[in-house]
Amino acid sequence: MTTLVFLESHDGELTKGALGVLGKAASLGGGDVAGVVLGSGIRDTAAAAGAFGASTVYVVDDAALEAPLPQPRVDALEAVVRESGADTVLFAASVLAADVAAGLAARLEAGLNWDLTDLRVEGDELVGVRPALGDTVLVEVGWSSTPQVALIRAGTFDPVESGGSADVKDVTTEFQDFSTRARLVEHLTEKASGPSIEDADVIVAGGRGLGSPEGFSYCEELADALGGAVAATRAVVDAGWYPYAAQVGQTGKTVSPKLYIALGISGAIQHKVGMQGSGTIVAVNKDPNAPIFDFADLGVVGDLTQIAPKLTELLRARR
Amino acid sequence: MSGVRPADYPPPFATSEAIGPPTDAPDERIDVGVLIVGGGPGGLACAVRLGQLLEEHPDVRERLGDVPVALLEKGKQPGSHLLSGAVMNPRAIRKLFAGRIPIEEMPTYGPVHGEAVYLLTKGAALRIPPPPTMMNHGNWIVSVSELGRFLAEQAEAAGTTILPETAGQKLLVDHGRVVGVRTGDKGRAKDGEPLANFEPGVDVTARLTVLAEGTAGHLTTTAIDAFGLEGRNPQIWALGVKEVWRVPKPLRKIVHTLGWPLRKRARYGEFGGSFVYPMGDDHVSLGFVVGLEYADVELSAHDLLQEFKTHKLVRKILDGGERIAWGAKTITEGGLNSLPSRLNAPGLLLVGEGAGLVNVPRLKGIHYAIESGRLAAEAAFAALQRGEFAGRRGALDTYDAALRESYVWKDLDEVRNMRQVFDKGFFMGGALASAMTVTKGKLPPKEFDTHRNAEAGLLRTGRAKRYPSPDGKLTFDKLSSVFASGNRTRDDQPSHIRIATQVPRDLAEMWHWMCPAQVYEVGEADGDGTVTVQVNPSNCVQCGAISAKGGRLTPPEGGSGPEYTIT
Amino acid sequence: MKIAVCVKQVPDATSHKRLDPGTHRLDRSGEGVLNATDVNAVEEALRLKDAHGGEVVVVSLGPEKAMESLRKALAMGADRALLVADDAAAGSDLLATSRALTAALEKEEADLVLFGQQSSDADGAVLWAAVSDRLRRPMVSQVAELTVEGGELTGKRQTEFGYDVIAAPLPAVVAVSDAINEPRYPSLKGIMGAKSKPQETVSLAEIGVEAGLVGEAGSGTTVRSSTPPPPKSGQVKIEDDGSAADKIVEYLAEKRLV
Repeated sequence: MTTLVFLESHDGELTKGALGVLGKAASLGGGDVAGVVLGSGIRDTAAAAGAFGASTVYVVDDAALEAPLPQPRVDALEAVVRESGADTVLFAASVLAADVAAGLAARLEAGLNWDLTDLRVEGDELVGVRPALGDTVLVEVGWSSTPQVALIRAGTFDPVESGGSADVKDVTTEFQDFSTRARLVEHLTEKASGPSIEDADVIVAGGRGLGSPEGFSYCEELADALGGAVAATRAVVDAGWYPYAAQVGQTGKTVSPKLYIALGISGAIQHKVGMQGSGTIVAVNKDPNAPIFDFADLGVVGDLTQIAPKLTELLRARR
Repeated sequence: MSGVRPADYPPPFATSEAIGPPTDAPDERIDVGVLIVGGGPGGLACAVRLGQLLEEHPDVRERLGDVPVALLEKGKQPGSHLLSGAVMNPRAIRKLFAGRIPIEEMPTYGPVHGEAVYLLTKGAALRIPPPPTMMNHGNWIVSVSELGRFLAEQAEAAGTTILPETAGQKLLVDHGRVVGVRTGDKGRAKDGEPLANFEPGVDVTARLTVLAEGTAGHLTTTAIDAFGLEGRNPQIWALGVKEVWRVPKPLRKIVHTLGWPLRKRARYGEFGGSFVYPMGDDHVSLGFVVGLEYADVELSAHDLLQEFKTHKLVRKILDGGERIAWGAKTITEGGLNSLPSRLNAPGLLLVGEGAGLVNVPRLKGIHYAIESGRLAAEAAFAALQRGEFAGRRGALDTYDAALRESYVWKDLDEVRNMRQVFDKGFFMGGALASAMTVTKGKLPPKEFDTHRNAEAGLLRTGRAKRYPSPDGKLTFDKLSSVFASGNRTRDDQPSHIRIATQVPRDLAEMWHWMCPAQVYEVGEADGDGTVTVQVNPSNCVQCGAISAKGGRLTPPEGGSGPEYTIT
Repeated sequence: MKIAVCVKQVPDATSHKRLDPGTHRLDRSGEGVLNATDVNAVEEALRLKDAHGGEVVVVSLGPEKAMESLRKALAMGADRALLVADDAAAGSDLLATSRALTAALEKEEADLVLFGQQSSDADGAVLWAAVSDRLRRPMVSQVAELTVEGGELTGKRQTEFGYDVIAAPLPAVVAVSDAINEPRYPSLKGIMGAKSKPQETVSLAEIGVEAGLVGEAGSGTTVRSSTPPPPKSGQVKIEDDGSAADKIVEYLAEKRLV
């Protein structure tokens, strides 16, 4: 098996997610692993991949790749696949990577499996695992084609700095007419008013247990200390304690942050389905029988009005 | 007895809000031939029969314009708001599809193969001979929700335009006759302000309007009020809560129970029982029904169902199984003596359960809905064929006449006093009921009256302590049950529930326990002996109980509410 | 301007979603609805039509009963529905589906092809990228704001790093996110008028696609098995004795979350 890993870069740095997939690929023990770095003026960036598991890094350095657009990257990857003879191409999911992976799959007539949370080699077969039906089922998937293309769910694998260096190989690409018709006009960064609920890595959510609308100050302070966003249950939004835009749940938003802290939330299923995909769930509730304790990773039975401010203080002190 | 009666705290609702002349400009209105409100067995049977008649008489159909028959359904699709046991008498549906579709090709769970009635106590089940009113040989087991979907397909095939996710908000009346229905707005925020995608309701005008809204119908109640059609007795209701379970062991017979966990003494006013029906080999439908004239503040039909499931008789049936659906709905209980004095008004026909056509002692109503829908279609067609102005007073009297000649009336007459005598408690009521059955309603010779559910006083007995704590496997809490009903109501819309929000604690707690969907919660105390009632309208599964017990349910934005599929 | 919107019927969220125990694929036998973000795509197409005139056609690959869901788009205001329904297409993966859709779209020759960003049944389907490669058209995805002027589109594309404003000449392919608009409710007149709008169901042969290029035969991926996920391990529950806040920090630190 010869594996290529798409190493997305941003602002001159390879993304953590991509390096994580690179490390995973190297650990699969299925054959050679190479990274692919695409961009304009990125040769220096490319060399770093050697330390994270790549024995070779292919580089396509071209002005056409300056803007973070997917279609020229499909052309470039096609060239690298041909040059390297790779039979497996892995991507760490991102907005850009998803478009590139699917475009490449069509270009190479290669099967694409996405949202994978695990990969393994069985004999000479690659097997992927992905959750389905709202994370209630795990499905094992495979490929009936070559090459095999896979999109790994964001944040699944952490980079492993194993040291080592890689051979850097330049590849030139002919870009298709249609690939270069879309152009970047300008880039706008989001105003720094804190992350939106959908994008936040950390969410502090409040429910009826807060006692009153003023109770949301516990959530806001804690969220601020963690650099996260504040969310609310339907019950308190209904009661007018917090705006609808912050509602998480069946009839509100679905979120899956790395950390979800639930203060005074009972954990009714209407709320659960909106946040059950979160990485780590910490719940504070004074009712030991609250259903949220059935699915929280860390459940704390206690008074949130005491615990939350103390937690906020401790976290601030660590910064 | 606390002396607090729900009826003393009426909801902020005036009939005049739900009735009036069309307000849209004439070219903005939608004009149809016959407008049916409600996609249940009654409304759909009416649509199917009309379709059959109009097919045979294209000249009449021509005259009805581009949309000869239109049907409004407030749920996501016909069936979404339908819930029943159910064991159906097949005669009406056979007649409706005579020569076209045999019952074997309709979605059913087959004919009844055996039945048992038990009198329950906490620890035992005493099998008793089925009362004569409960002989179900020859009847068929159905899911009324599935039946609704089937009837909707037939109605559409017969030319009806079905308009799902569309609520009938206001009865359009002009010069004393019904000229159509105004549909509800969509896209308003909680405070009533229009959102970006606000879509106003529309005046749908028709030569003739058929109301088939089912239990606690909004426009039906309005019409009875506005046209002075109240019957001899006020209407009364029971509340049923049911679940569908996947089970490993097939149940081979239908089961009804009386007694536990209801209490026999007259002062509690607890009348009802349960049903457990097989749905094929691998599912069962079970439910608990209790009349809404009960007195105990803490009585909860949902929790009674959960308690009922802990009885060893039921545990055995459900053992190793999994709950896959839940729902709740009221049942109109007053029978013949609570029917409106007339089931028609100028330009208007009332069919099915909304009109009160339910046989409570036999637990049957679906076939009356279908039969009355069919008769309504025939009366409507006859008037249209005669070129009659359906708005003329008396033009639709043929419907009432036909209904009175039909078996619907005869059946209801036989049992007309049965329900009411259970005011006297289980044993006394039981004895009187037997007398009625045996003599087909001739004895005893007195007419018994109903009393409004909302006029029952309240008492406390600490009942709630005996409800089982939900374990998430056999017994369930209300919120997860609302989830299992498929309810995903859009939150940011005005509340559709009219209710006095500043009431004595006893009343607020009664509503809290009554509601199977946990819509009402007891809020802050206000120092003067009253509390605030907190309303969570998006939980509402539109069962109608609040309308019986002092509030008023109106239709929320179309598409809201449960999404029943196999109830 | 002619706009084609690719839509999909998916199982209704409330009907018991389950995987078929034999094929491990989604059991699609229950009620179906239009995928939620596809409704955003239909709405965007209608807004562009309102502004520029033209025609909106909804295109789908699915079983025959999927036409009911396409009618909802017609009720909103779309002009035509085209459904590619063929038993051979069942079990198609990204490769196979994109082949069939591309063939249908090539016949339509639309100025703009719109997709909804995510499908509730496959979570993350990236159909637009595959289709645009096959159609050889420029493509912009994750679009939260879209304008068209003088034969060129401008899209505000949402990424992890903020917004990229992208311009591309028509004909092009755009995938819209659910943040782009609030879909209109179909009016009653719209619902009633939907039935009489053109609704065409075609087979694969009619759009020139061989059966071997779709379905499982035409797919590049396989589904091997499905299992319930392992129960959550390592759950911890503590009672506050005054030190809960410290314990929480410890826990988070161990997990490298702080």
